[in-house]
Amino acid sequence: MATIEISCVEVWREVSNYLDADISPELRERMEAHFKGCAHCSAVLDGMRNVVGLVADGRLFQTPAGFNERLYNKIKPRQ
Amino acid sequence: MPQPQLEFAEAELIKRVCDGMPEAFEELVRPYERLVYVTAISILKNQADAEEVAQEAVLKAFSKLSSFRAECKFSTWLIQITYNEARMKLRKDHRHLYESIDERQEGSEGDYWPRDFADWRPIPSELLEENETRQALQNAISSLSPTYREVVILRDVQNLSIKDAATILGVTEGTVKTRLHRARLLLRDALAPGIDGCWSTGQSYQKVRPW
Repeated sequence: MATIEISCVEVWREVSNYLDADISPELRERMEAHFKGCAHCSAVLDGMRNVVGLVADGRLFQTPAGFNERLYNKIKPRQ
Repeated sequence: MPQPQLEFAEAELIKRVCDGMPEAFEELVRPYERLVYVTAISILKNQADAEEVAQEAVLKAFSKLSSFRAECKFSTWLIQITYNEARMKLRKDHRHLYESIDERQEGSEGDYWPRDFADWRPIPSELLEENETRQALQNAISSLSPTYREVVILRDVQNLSIKDAATILGVTEGTVKTRLHRARLLLRDALAPGIDGCWSTGQSYQKVRPW
């Protein structure tokens, strides 16, 4: 069965849900077919995937040095 | 550890604290230290304030622990407290008055069209070892308006589910998804390679990628 085409605007609307695997299999198939033929939408997807991966990386936000120690020193007297 | 086991272990620790063994509290909170701090800094954008609020939130969780009803996960409850503390601090300091609000971002009605369509030049994760890359990413997150910053921090930085993020923010799951979508596109555009590695910030033309 032929995949029904999908427009760029529709792809942009769903690209975040696509990354979260939160779309129907039908839509996924249509989007995948679109990405194959559309360099612009692929660039949007690649960029979003890259950025989301970096943001999720534990190295991005680190607690300041000594944070844990100071935190538990604060709690101790109340315990 | 799988979730049910984790929740069981946490329930045990909570019970111990409530039964008069407060030392168990440290063990309960330890896995979420970073979560609390990141939540605070996502709202306050300032290291000293974030640390102060993180401490306040943990203390509050300790004193209110007997009122925790396990309707949500302990971590969700703890983050919720941190959010409230951070927002209260913002209000107290009146700093929200100076929070820059980007109209284009605020109008969440309608579609946001990506700005940059150039081939994506990947930013390798190894570059996170470098201070300037971390700074560039943190700046991009800071540049989002609070509505979008919150969802990115909860969902993408802290890896919470859409459902948990919705519980913490007190909005529907659909709203979380819509905001997240916009926020991710904005972040992507903020970190796009631009023209010759530069990108207009509105006022100035800035090199966004430090390499």
